[in-house]
Amino acid sequence: MAFVRWFKRNLVVIGGLLTLGYLLLPNVIVTVFSFNKPKGRFNYEWQQFSLDAWRDPCGVADMCGSLSISLQIAVWATIGATILGTMIAFALVRYRFRARGAVNSLIFLPMAMPEVVMAASLLTLFLNLGAQLGFWTILIAHIMFCLSFVVTAVKARVMSMDPRLEQAAQDLYAGPVQTFLRVTLPIAAPGIAAGALLAFALSFDDFIITNFNAGSTVTFPMFVWGSAQRGTPVQINVIGTAMFIVAVLFVLAGMVVSNRRNKQKA
Amino acid sequence: MASVTEAPLLAPQPDKKPPRKRGRLVPYWLLLPGILWLLIFFALPMVYQVSTSVQTGSLEEGFKVTWHFQTYWNALADYWPQFLRSVLYAGAATILCLVLGYPLAYLIAFRAGRWRNVVLILVIAPFFTSFLIRTLAWKTILADGGPVVGALNTLHVLDVTNWLGFTSGDRVLATPLAVVCGLTYNFLPFMILPLYTSLERIDGRLHEAAGDLYAKPFTTFRKVTFPLSMPGVVSGTLLTFIPASGDYVNADLLGSTDTRMVGNVIQTQFLRILDYPTAAALSFILMAAILIMVTLYIRKSGTEDLV
Repeated sequence: MAFVRWFKRNLVVIGGLLTLGYLLLPNVIVTVFSFNKPKGRFNYEWQQFSLDAWRDPCGVADMCGSLSISLQIAVWATIGATILGTMIAFALVRYRFRARGAVNSLIFLPMAMPEVVMAASLLTLFLNLGAQLGFWTILIAHIMFCLSFVVTAVKARVMSMDPRLEQAAQDLYAGPVQTFLRVTLPIAAPGIAAGALLAFALSFDDFIITNFNAGSTVTFPMFVWGSAQRGTPVQINVIGTAMFIVAVLFVLAGMVVSNRRNKQKA
Repeated sequence: MASVTEAPLLAPQPDKKPPRKRGRLVPYWLLLPGILWLLIFFALPMVYQVSTSVQTGSLEEGFKVTWHFQTYWNALADYWPQFLRSVLYAGAATILCLVLGYPLAYLIAFRAGRWRNVVLILVIAPFFTSFLIRTLAWKTILADGGPVVGALNTLHVLDVTNWLGFTSGDRVLATPLAVVCGLTYNFLPFMILPLYTSLERIDGRLHEAAGDLYAKPFTTFRKVTFPLSMPGVVSGTLLTFIPASGDYVNADLLGSTDTRMVGNVIQTQFLRILDYPTAAALSFILMAAILIMVTLYIRKSGTEDLV
């Protein structure tokens, strides 16, 4: 009976942890299979423990090349989307102007559109203009779909900011530029960082829009997609595992920094 | 990442009125580059898509606008099963996401204590690992003769799903069940984060008050917690349903030719068969259908159902 009562009381926790398990199971499989030595071209069945893939992560033709293209696109898309998105967010929160509603809808719509629709329509534009598909068309597309997410993240932060802080800075004879650089920007920074991080993750991982607008350029997700047909090298799992570890470390580091800052303030 | 989760991802949020007016042209200069980008590379393509969908011709001779609306009827007549399947699969995945995601969001918001951030990281971290690699991992998990299929067989779950038509024979891979499982998995974080955001805002004292008024835990949930989390439920269901209905990766990697969704058709028409008008028409129909559904849903959930 005691067990039944305990079970009932912790039903939510048990359910939540099961969901967490469901969410992380593929990551566990990816990690375990990065130590596999498959017999055929596909790495779907466990054969034998081996460190080969970890010793030689770039041993597969073209994989690391695609990885580097993805990283370059993600970095430039993040920079572009973060700058453009932060500007829009500030305009939306800080100013009253005509067409605010229209601008808000234009920001909202890309997030409420299936990716395949954006991908297909963008391709019709490029086809009609006769644009050469490749690095630049991918970059253009990535900045486009990351933009809305950056705006949302930055807007949330700037909205919760007390405008009196800037008034105080101006009362203390700070010029507009000084106020912006020393007061506004540092307070908005966590929102901008969150937006940038999100943009990087979205761009680096995007497959659908890239697949339509890449031409013959191959990004890492496209390499993985192709390998699902041709044969999946173990090195793909190595990259997947490394990405997971780096992501967790990155977020942990960010939290440590912000915790320390909060403690300093207190 | 914290403020990403603080922002209601897709909830139509009421804007606070901007506190002051300063400089008449400044906002326009701030908006100009980003808005131009969206107009040229998001809005204009929609126009080109409509124009492409009413063109006729061939790849060799070139396409011309001939206002050939017949393409729309042909596309609907040929591919209505894929449309129907997309709505059904995406709907099933959304419901599963809500059922699976709610306990985890609740756990993070109220029960995780000092583990809260760790659990949050574990929910967000998969975002940064390639989703294609993780989807491929499901091929291993659901493999024929693997432990999952074996367990489902022993528990006679497969008999039930076979009878319902979700699976066939002794396999899960290449069946609707596998596709829905993949969709649920891929879009689960998009459900959990908005749910968590809205749950986190609920004042814990409301639960105590409900308890003091002799509400049983489930009654508290039904009458207090769930209604207050409605904004999260609405934006979470939208954030899972919309991308899931256009997805073709799961149907391709985990499904078979019998599980093709409308995304698969658009992809094949555009990139392999190169029948641009049909592909553009299909894509336009998908967009219109989703916009209509979403508008109706927001209307309905925004007014009477919330009370």
